[in-house]
Amino acid sequence: MTAIVEFWNNLHPLLQGVIKGLAVIGVMFPIGGACSLVERKVSAAIQGRPGPNRAMPFWFAWVPVIGPFLQRLGVFHLMADGAKMFFKEDSLPGHVNKFYFLLAPVVAMIPALTTVTVVPFGAYFDEAGRMIPLVLANLDVGILAVFAIGSLGVYSLILAGWASNSKYPFLGGIRASAQLISYELSMTLAVVPVFLMINVPGGSGTLSLTDVVGFQSGTWQGLTMASLHGTWFIMTMPLAAIIFLVALFAETNRLPFDMAEGEADLVGGFHTEYGAMKWGLFFVAEYSHMLIGSGVFTLLFLGGWNPLPFVPLASVVGWLAHLSPLFQHPLAVGLLSIGIFLAKVLFFMFLFMWVRWTVPRFRYDQVMKLGWQKLLPLAIGNLIFYAVLIALLQPKL
Amino acid sequence: MPYVVERKPLTLLERVYIPQILAGLRVTLKHLFAPNVTMEYPEQRPPIPAGYRGVPTLVKDPNGREKCVSCQLCEFVCPPKAIRITPGEVPADQPDRAHVEKAPQAFDIDMLRCIYCGLCQEVCPEEAIFLQNQFSMTGYTRAEMVNDKARLYELGGTLPDQHFKWDKKKDAAEHGNAH
Ligand code: SF4
Ligand code: SF4
Repeated sequence: MTAIVEFWNNLHPLLQGVIKGLAVIGVMFPIGGACSLVERKVSAAIQGRPGPNRAMPFWFAWVPVIGPFLQRLGVFHLMADGAKMFFKEDSLPGHVNKFYFLLAPVVAMIPALTTVTVVPFGAYFDEAGRMIPLVLANLDVGILAVFAIGSLGVYSLILAGWASNSKYPFLGGIRASAQLISYELSMTLAVVPVFLMINVPGGSGTLSLTDVVGFQSGTWQGLTMASLHGTWFIMTMPLAAIIFLVALFAETNRLPFDMAEGEADLVGGFHTEYGAMKWGLFFVAEYSHMLIGSGVFTLLFLGGWNPLPFVPLASVVGWLAHLSPLFQHPLAVGLLSIGIFLAKVLFFMFLFMWVRWTVPRFRYDQVMKLGWQKLLPLAIGNLIFYAVLIALLQPKL
Repeated sequence: MPYVVERKPLTLLERVYIPQILAGLRVTLKHLFAPNVTMEYPEQRPPIPAGYRGVPTLVKDPNGREKCVSCQLCEFVCPPKAIRITPGEVPADQPDRAHVEKAPQAFDIDMLRCIYCGLCQEVCPEEAIFLQNQFSMTGYTRAEMVNDKARLYELGGTLPDQHFKWDKKKDAAEHGNAH
């Protein structure tokens, strides 16, 4: 075990970075694919139908019990979908600007895979008991990087809509860009109170997502200010959490905000002219976007990798260490924290699907109205309220 | 007096959306765990109600003789011209079919054209063609979708019938019965 760690530490930093990056891509793509399958299954279950359950490779058919069970579960549809996307004819409409048309799906993937690098997805403790986050790049401007790169996703939608040289995709792209810009504002304003809270005046300021989680990992200290560190921000700032969540739905183009691709009025929206793997890339990008959005929400408002409010990861590791000292190994702690974090993120993925079949799609003017006339004033009011509150409380913290 | 539905202005709680959405989420969550209502088709088949108009078929009389006399009325009435009949004589060497006037040599129904209107059944003077409860016709080629005579009889089978027309004809011929 230690030999591996030694070997890892002796690797060239560049090589380390490449391996870590590949590892994240290797995790994101399958999760994105699995989410598309789960989406189909959850949608089916909510609509009272069994969902995909037919595909099965012939050589698997004779495996007793497990074969039919996996078939009912629809796991082979993932393979079927993938095979279809790779091998079906990838037609290129004659009326498009080929370079930009092909560029758009690639551009869609870039922010999706770039933002992952600054999102911490777990943590372990070094000998001194300090929390070391598991993250590709622990930037001090964490959340800014997420917002800055994440909003680049809008370019791919505009590019796809425009390069398609066709009316529906064009309108879809326009709609998407307007919507993304409108909700970006409320989203950013909603997280400002969180960072006001964690930045003590006088101390060195930070926008790092790890520090947000660090702030949320404390234990119950009685009715004192110190207990604030054990609460999650969703408890102390529920309104900000709701605004952020609504904006997140809009940002990821999920129902009820999927203006960009409303079939009823825009056929398929910005990706009407796309097919096969190019279309698939848009979807992997959308799922990655959802994953990262859920991850950021979890880190900001749901305590990241802390299992429960007032029960931080450190206490759990402490209890487990009584059972066996093996649990204190950084690897075990890391896996545990990733597990907790992933569970929360996956719950959000489920929430996205759940809401999709609950709330009908908004009209476009309603989307704009909600964004500019409701959420933005609310976010500003929320910010002012917490700014004043924190100014009053901060000296006592 | 027309019935007027009064539109109440939304209450504050309703305008806040969130409680309404939560209520909606509860409803859909219940459906998530409710049993599926889908009929899984090839394994489960729907019950076919009596008088269902499925694929048109040719039927035989209780003696196993073909009833169609190739009068071509169905061919004539068929709106999309799905039926093609080649009329023919009944071969003389089949004593059990004596007194049957004629029989079709070939009888094709193109199921890619048939609109299941049932006019052929209505018009048939011999009650030889019936739309029965077979509803699932598939094939890989166009040619496969044309039912020929053998296939039509295979699908149709024998239906009970009370007329015994050909028996009566035979009796009449043998015992000198005036009409
Ligand atoms: S059901 Fe109608 S369309 Fe079909 S064969 Fe008979 S007459 Fe023609
Ligand atoms: S099926 Fe009936 S209507 Fe059609 S040719 Fe035969 S006897 Fe005439």
